Amino acid sequence: MIRAEGLRRTFTAGKETIEAVRDVSFEVAAGELLALLGPNGAGKSTTMRMLTTLLPPTAGSAHIAGFDVAREPGLVREVIGYVGQRNAAGENHRIRDELAIQGRCYGLRLREARRRADEVLELLGIGELAGRLPGTLSGGQRRRVDIALGLVHGPRVLFLDEPSAGLDPHSRAGLWEQLQRLRREQGLTILLTTHYLDEADQMAERIVIVDQGRVIANGTADVLKADLAGDRLYVTTSDTDGARAAAALARRMAGIVEVTTEDRTVGLRCADADAVLPAYLRLLHHASVTVTRAGLRRPSLDDVFINLTGRRLEQPGDPSGNSIEEPTHA
Amino acid sequence: MPKLLQDTATVFCREITPELRSPVGMVFAMGQPVLFLVLFGSMLVGTDADLGTGTGTADVWQWFVPGILVMMCLMGPLGAGHTMLSELNGGQVERFLVTPISRTSLILGRTGKDTVTLFAQAILITAIAVPLGMRFHLPGALATMVLLVVMAVGLSALSYVLAIISRPSGNLFWIVTQVLIFPVMLLSGILLPVDAGPGWLSAVATTNPVTYIVDAARALFVGDFLDPAVFHGLVAATAIAVLGLILATRAMRRGV
Repeated sequence: MIRAEGLRRTFTAGKETIEAVRDVSFEVAAGELLALLGPNGAGKSTTMRMLTTLLPPTAGSAHIAGFDVAREPGLVREVIGYVGQRNAAGENHRIRDELAIQGRCYGLRLREARRRADEVLELLGIGELAGRLPGTLSGGQRRRVDIALGLVHGPRVLFLDEPSAGLDPHSRAGLWEQLQRLRREQGLTILLTTHYLDEADQMAERIVIVDQGRVIANGTADVLKADLAGDRLYVTTSDTDGARAAAALARRMAGIVEVTTEDRTVGLRCADADAVLPAYLRLLHHASVTVTRAGLRRPSLDDVFINLTGRRLEQPGDPSGNSIEEPTHA
Repeated sequence: MPKLLQDTATVFCREITPELRSPVGMVFAMGQPVLFLVLFGSMLVGTDADLGTGTGTADVWQWFVPGILVMMCLMGPLGAGHTMLSELNGGQVERFLVTPISRTSLILGRTGKDTVTLFAQAILITAIAVPLGMRFHLPGALATMVLLVVMAVGLSALSYVLAIISRPSGNLFWIVTQVLIFPVMLLSGILLPVDAGPGWLSAVATTNPVTYIVDAARALFVGDFLDPAVFHGLVAATAIAVLGLILATRAMRRGV
């Protein structure tokens, strides 16, 4: 349904050339939910803007439902809905008016546009807000209005740029419930960008990780984690000598990808920690190493990102991570 | 072509709906011209100034009111540009650009709404001026409004262009409008005749297109349709309109 091939986009700021997107290729099947994941400035939004005809690619090509975004932007626009990062309803306009106008932009007749406006408001559970001005709504309600605006014409593909940024956990959960329901009921293809790892992990069927304008990983969350991160296993010994011995034993075991020692704790990275842990403990027992604690941790997408780039995806001081904007304009 | 018309109507409807829902806003938006009309105008009449129109209170009003109408057409588009700027920085304009709606209609519909608003405001200004003692010439007033509508289309389009190139800070928009608006107003003889100033000032005023429009508006307002100033004013207004529309639609097509 979506096919991006070698997408590239550069901006010039003064004499400098900024390569926002260097080389992005991926495909999204009909009915699939794919998340573009990456740090701020990775090129997610710029990619999104190229796919939605808002920005012509510098190089490469993209097709939506078989239409070329550069050569047939009109046809692409007919089949897509787009929910940008910013609120889309005008401050002086009532919600229902804005939705009806949006329908008219797609060529719906006035009566039909009004009917659809009421329908999508009901669908998103905000029917009672129809007569209000956007300024009187909460952040979560405004975001639903944005999504309603993207759905009014019944698109086949929905693009969502940071749909849940800035929302509290309760609103985020509500939003996701609505999106999943839309997929189930209408078979919508959804491409979204996010930098909430847990969101991408739980909701997306497939994840494309973008960094510095390039695709660095593409697969389901489970496959990415198994292939690119592996499970983590921790063993704490009674003294540092024990830790040294334990690390030496671990290095001789099959299937261990990485061994790290910190004080009395040895960390292992391996594929199937559930099976490795008992075997490793047995080994330590025979070598008379006293183990005081042992545990294992499933990898997160953050681990995947660290393995690929050596950097963390989520900045510790910035849990919501939405303070820095990507350059969207030349 | 029918698509362009239909799309323009859609944009026009979107923009005019809030005005119709609360028409009071439109009245507040014309506060400044009304203040000038009532306060400054009354003083001007009181000074018995020689405005080159002969004498008489009614003549002074007939000289002053068209200038105030032009002033309103200079200020109105500023508000329009400001709204556009905030919608460019918000997601509203982007939201329209991902729909198949014609790019040109996004400008035409908005300028159309601006023009209708100004037309309604011009009628109000004239209605206020009549009880103050202005002699009213209906065909003249209507002709004046046609001229002003042409100029207003151009100015609101130019205001949109300025808003588009001022993104995202909007600083450029404020600098240009704040620096331009008063010199353009004073040097077009809206408040006092340019001829009353020294020679260099009149010389500068001849380079201001609005001067010709003010002169033409004054001639039309008293029904002097054949005055050569009318022709000059029409040329100036048309030039502003054509330039504004070309630049604005081009900016919009290029994608914001």
